[in-house]
Amino acid sequence: MDCQQAKYLLPGYIDRELDLVHSVEFEEHLEGCSACKSAHEQQQALQSAIGGASLSYRAPTELRKRIQSQLRRVDEPKMTWNRRLRSNSALATAAMLLVAATWAIGHNWAGNKSDGVIDQVVASHVRSLLVDHVADVASSDRHQVKPWFSGKLDYAPEFDDFASQGFPLSGGRLDYVNRRPVAAMVYGRRKHVINLFCWPATSERTAPIQLLDRQGYHLAHWVKSGLEFWAVSDLNTTELREFAELLQAAGTDSAAN
Amino acid sequence: MQDTERASFEEAVLPHLDAAYNLARWLTRNEADADDCVQEAFLRAYRFYAGFHGVNCRAWLLTIVRNTCCTWLQAHRARKPTVTFDEEMHSTASTAPDAELLGKIDRELLRKAIDELPLEFREVIVLRDIDGTSYKDIAEIVGIPLGTVMSRLTRARGRLQHGLARQLGSES
Ligand SMILES: [Zn+2]
Repeated sequence: MDCQQAKYLLPGYIDRELDLVHSVEFEEHLEGCSACKSAHEQQQALQSAIGGASLSYRAPTELRKRIQSQLRRVDEPKMTWNRRLRSNSALATAAMLLVAATWAIGHNWAGNKSDGVIDQVVASHVRSLLVDHVADVASSDRHQVKPWFSGKLDYAPEFDDFASQGFPLSGGRLDYVNRRPVAAMVYGRRKHVINLFCWPATSERTAPIQLLDRQGYHLAHWVKSGLEFWAVSDLNTTELREFAELLQAAGTDSAAN
Repeated sequence: MQDTERASFEEAVLPHLDAAYNLARWLTRNEADADDCVQEAFLRAYRFYAGFHGVNCRAWLLTIVRNTCCTWLQAHRARKPTVTFDEEMHSTASTAPDAELLGKIDRELLRKAIDELPLEFREVIVLRDIDGTSYKDIAEIVGIPLGTVMSRLTRARGRLQHGLARQLGSES
């Protein structure tokens, strides 16, 4: 071993990272070379100095707390939906069973048993107008609105833009009905706002468009392609039915896409 | 991520916060910047955590911290020019402090000397001499071959000795 090699191996020797063969060779060289010997002593002294100086910085307590709360914040958007879907699935199922039972008994869906849903749909509609929170995603392009819902819902809502028929799509938002997140699409008709809600139906059975009034608002309800639809607006019933029929027909097309 | 995954992350990664901060503090040479870099690094680590299947959590985290700091330093480079000086690879007895003198070096002097090292030397000194990281882990964290770890440490320690000698010389 020459001095150049010894110089190269010096840190490894001091740090005990050399294998046994190299360690022995290094020590042999050191015994016969005063220059390398003093280099070794110097570096050893430097290591002791560094080791004894406690040069480590410790993370401030505040930083640890900040990181932990940051991680929680990162989780929040996704967490909220997962958690809600999980914790409310039982309730949602119960509510759906109740609706299904209503149908099984042969009652009209608009009968008193589904009042809860109707009230909620109307309340959501009113709330969206009152708090000026009609849309989370404002777009007339359903190809922008649709992907926005993915990841936020466990189903894909079916809808289309009907601007050419006088019902332009203006956006979408997440809302709650029966304590589960549902898609709410927002359409316009002159000065009127139509909220269209949809969520998975409890059975594949289709239901024709039915109209009813509640609290001064008009509603249209139908079931198609496994999805339950509710349209609510202060628009007159004739035009609301027209809107519902457009959607019902379009639903067939987009389901085939 | 779910609660359990975050708990797992906190259990596996958070214990290395001090090592992460120490590295970031030495690399950025500034408290506030170290704070920012570590926070950013943990956020990145958290995003990558699902894809991390290794066993060496510490090296994995320090790699992210190191890269975050380097990116940060690149973005804020203009601030402090690195002190460079012509240094002979072979340290001679006249320019290196002797063992006895080195034993009397105080902490502030050492800090200053390490702070003045160029980044590539500073990081190996910090990882090995201050933090006691193994050569294998240093190779992983810095992204250099194992052999280069040793040669870089040789040069880094040589530079450090010169720096200390200069400071001791200018003080006395
Ligand atoms: Zn020699």
